[in-house]
Amino acid sequence: MSLLAKAPEGRVAQLLDATMKRPDFSWLRAPEVGSTMVRGRAGATGASFNLGEITVTRCALKLSDGTIGHAYVQGRRKADAEAAALVDALMQTDLEPSIQQAVLDPLNTEHAAHKKTRAQKAAATKVEFFTMVRGED
Amino acid sequence: MYVAVKGGEAAIENAHAWLAEERRGDKSVAELSVAQIREQLALAVNRVMAEGSLYDPDLAALAIKQARGDLIEAIFLIRAYRTTLPRFGVSEPIDTGAMDCDRRISATFKDLPGGQVLGPTFDYTHRLLDFKLAADGEVPAAPVRDTSPAPVPHVAEFLNDEGLMEEAPHDDTPPPDLTREPLEMPADRALRLQALTRSDEGFTLGLAYSTQRGYARNHAFVGELRIGAVPVEMDIPELGFSVEIGEITVTECETVNQFQGSKTEPPQFTRGYGLVFGQTERKAISMALVDRALRWQELGEDFVGAPAQDAEFVLYHADNIQATGFLEHIKLPHYVDFQSELELVRKLRREAMQNTMQEAAE
Repeated sequence: MSLLAKAPEGRVAQLLDATMKRPDFSWLRAPEVGSTMVRGRAGATGASFNLGEITVTRCALKLSDGTIGHAYVQGRRKADAEAAALVDALMQTDLEPSIQQAVLDPLNTEHAAHKKTRAQKAAATKVEFFTMVRGED
Repeated sequence: MYVAVKGGEAAIENAHAWLAEERRGDKSVAELSVAQIREQLALAVNRVMAEGSLYDPDLAALAIKQARGDLIEAIFLIRAYRTTLPRFGVSEPIDTGAMDCDRRISATFKDLPGGQVLGPTFDYTHRLLDFKLAADGEVPAAPVRDTSPAPVPHVAEFLNDEGLMEEAPHDDTPPPDLTREPLEMPADRALRLQALTRSDEGFTLGLAYSTQRGYARNHAFVGELRIGAVPVEMDIPELGFSVEIGEITVTECETVNQFQGSKTEPPQFTRGYGLVFGQTERKAISMALVDRALRWQELGEDFVGAPAQDAEFVLYHADNIQATGFLEHIKLPHYVDFQSELELVRKLRREAMQNTMQEAAE
């Protein structure tokens, strides 16, 4: 669910639709946009405090065989929430291995690659200190 | 006092139509897209998210476009939108120790685990206008260097080992929330931190600067400043466990301050804390300095009458939407108010004139 929540806009739907025709489903909770209050901790480890909110879209649906899928995705993205809930439901069916391979694995790879690139750019700005030796001999 | 005034509908409508036209500007110049603002004016977007208290870069970019670049107006739009959102829940406190750091520096330790990582900073630039940006030029890709994930522990942890650093013990008491309950004094630290993280950058910067210049001086070093992405995790009731529902970029600043000790505390270093949405370094440092100044009471320091020590003064004036709302309302029609003032002044003048004339006659 974390990969689905953080995936770029439209990406989950793209991967899902490339692998299969969407199954029939009914809404348990139609997609709705709301917020989550994010907390931090004073001094990083101390008492918690309210930092501010993020936008979140959530929904829940039921496949015709009764499997329930939930989604919470960051931002205001109803179509993405729908695709994410479908993937969540399908992951509990016999299609699990193919969904894992066609949707979640690519999301994981892409997310890791994005993180790696940023980490590599950060690493290039890491300071190497030189000790200046006074030449007095 | 407000009195309902009718009239002016046509004038208002036409004013708004003209505003829309002026917002667009010269039509021979290409229109800005929301995505362009989000990507290329990212620090303005970050400020609007931080002070609007809602992390959503697309919305903040839209607000900046609508507000013609007036960031306080944009923050106002975001605050107003935020109130329309149902709240699904609260997150687990974010773990900044596990941040993917774009930037991480310490002014107190040169060699520290994880190193000094400058990140995409304005520091060490010459602050000379770059006319190459006026012509549209290609940007070369930033250099990369191979790296493997390694822990980047907080600086405060090193000094903790010696007992030289004031500790920040874990506490999961649900914090007060000023978006639900009005801000009231005395405000505990959790409430102060919430107010400061959404406070006006300029106001907070000014107060922080005042502490450096000697008003409630507490001699701050930037123990650590880090900027990067952290996951946001929330407990999902229908699932019965918590999942990551997103990822946000935050700036965290921890100051290390001299402390002589008090009746209750031994001499040690104390800490001020700043945590702000987005890449918002000036604000996070300012927040940490003001947080530290406001802690005088719990640390047993003297109240020296400095503005930055006065929680009521700081917290009741730090919110730019409250401030601008009250400030700007005085330009709206006060005809009846003013009419009564006018009557009063005329009456006082009449009486004063009569008295003078009477005295002259006697």
